Amino acid sequence: MPGLGLSGGITLAMLSVVVLLPIGALLLQGVNFGLSNVLAVVARERVQAALLLSFKLSLLAAIFNLVFGVVLAWVLVRYRFPGKRLLDAAVDLPFALPTAVAGIALTALYAPNGAFGGLAQSLGLKIAYTQAGIFIALVFVGLPFVTRTVQPVVEEIDREIEEASATLGASRLHTLRHVILPMLTPAALTGFALALARAVGEYGSVIFIAGNIPLRTEIAPLLIVIQLEEFNYDAAAAIGIAMLVISFAMLLAINLIQIVSRRKMGHV
Amino acid sequence: MSDASVHRPRAFRSATEETPALRIALIAIAVAGLAILVFAPLAVVFAEALKNGWLAAVESLGNRDARSAIRLTLLITAIAVPLNAVFGIAAAWLITKFDFRGKAFLITLIDLPFSVSPVVAGLCIVLLFGANSLVGGFLVAHGWPIVFAIPGIVLATVFVTFPFVARELIPVMIEQGRTEEEAALTLGASGWRTFRTVTLPNIRWALLYGTLLCTARAMGEFGAVAVVSGKIRGQTATMPITIEMLYNEYLSVAAFSMAALLTALALVTLLLKTLLELRHADQLAAIRRH
Repeated sequence: MPGLGLSGGITLAMLSVVVLLPIGALLLQGVNFGLSNVLAVVARERVQAALLLSFKLSLLAAIFNLVFGVVLAWVLVRYRFPGKRLLDAAVDLPFALPTAVAGIALTALYAPNGAFGGLAQSLGLKIAYTQAGIFIALVFVGLPFVTRTVQPVVEEIDREIEEASATLGASRLHTLRHVILPMLTPAALTGFALALARAVGEYGSVIFIAGNIPLRTEIAPLLIVIQLEEFNYDAAAAIGIAMLVISFAMLLAINLIQIVSRRKMGHV
Repeated sequence: MSDASVHRPRAFRSATEETPALRIALIAIAVAGLAILVFAPLAVVFAEALKNGWLAAVESLGNRDARSAIRLTLLITAIAVPLNAVFGIAAAWLITKFDFRGKAFLITLIDLPFSVSPVVAGLCIVLLFGANSLVGGFLVAHGWPIVFAIPGIVLATVFVTFPFVARELIPVMIEQGRTEEEAALTLGASGWRTFRTVTLPNIRWALLYGTLLCTARAMGEFGAVAVVSGKIRGQTATMPITIEMLYNEYLSVAAFSMAALLTALALVTLLLKTLLELRHADQLAAIRRH
């Protein structure tokens, strides 16, 4: 087969210039800054609070998307109802909509003078400029992942398995819980991991609705931007490295969970 | 069997269906969830843009800074997307047509940008090409600034969209195998001709699909671009950056008008994507299976 040199050359050249060298530059900056200094930056109260907030709310949003995404995938594959095609297409909107647009739209909606924000305020709740607002933005950006990974699996479920379960006397709920759900688990976890990774690094849709109050509603990516604006490259690199390390650790953990669940639940 | 159920048999329900109550409840959850999470924000964008009428919205898009932002975003997209398409084709060809060690590792590296925060991506580019770095300093001294200039924005955009095209092509090309290309080569076609007349027709819809997703993301990228662009009005402010600047200046109608323009483009993307999925389900099915 021809083209090894050309395709290999383009692939490696672009991979190096666009991805590997820049990430290398980040790690190098950290090395030059020194491990103890990097750790000292990460240990600052404001950095700790931001990292904790980012990961806590991302986890909560991904869990919400896990449950809602599985329900949505099931409804979109199994049921027929008017407007289903529109609903199916709408699932991808968070992928297509620029994050800055999502950010100002959600803020307009959930701010005290917005439609939902006003409603919440009459109930004594505040959504925009609190952690609840960040949660909603993260749910929005992570919405498509679980649905899109689970949908093809639901499509391929063999109805005979469900029939066998029913014939053996299982109630429908029992079948859903003990036959269907285990089949969807590995795909759902993949979507969960993708949604989580996306939420942890999310910036555009969050900064407008977050209010960005230090220690309370300040996310980790924003801290990097603040450090950069102060030309504090070392501190920015330290926080960036911390984010990289934590998200890789999480992805690794989820991959392990997935391997275990695949082994337990069979194929897929 | 003495009660009324003998006379009034319940409607037949297949054993593989949920009860009507559960079914309606699940549909209601899905519809309500998407209405609140997706349709409401979508409606707000247009409502806020048109708050002072059509004229105000259109007028706000006509001023110099707005026009320059639109031009810049189109320029960046026109550079970044073809770069990405070329990379995607090359990477997919390399991965599916040859056997070599470390292939899984290469795929992981290509997917890497998905798990890196856009802000961290921008930071990496600033650290490599910024004026006070070794490489960046050299380039700036020779009149080639990267950061706070268009090349940096292109790099940031290519970074965040890096896996898009390759990811769509690889599964399709794996399923199609190598036999057709091998036949063409045996019959004496050159490598290029084989690619153009055999491979490309087989992957064109997947390529278009990947390019479409890449375009949507490229036009809307915010975090990575915010870090590298320097936000110079009329020069390095893309449409999303301009939205942020207008919004922070409380120019709500102008911000939402530009947002509505980007949203309209996103909706066109979704429409084209849905059409592609309907028309070319067979070729795109491979993407979903992997």
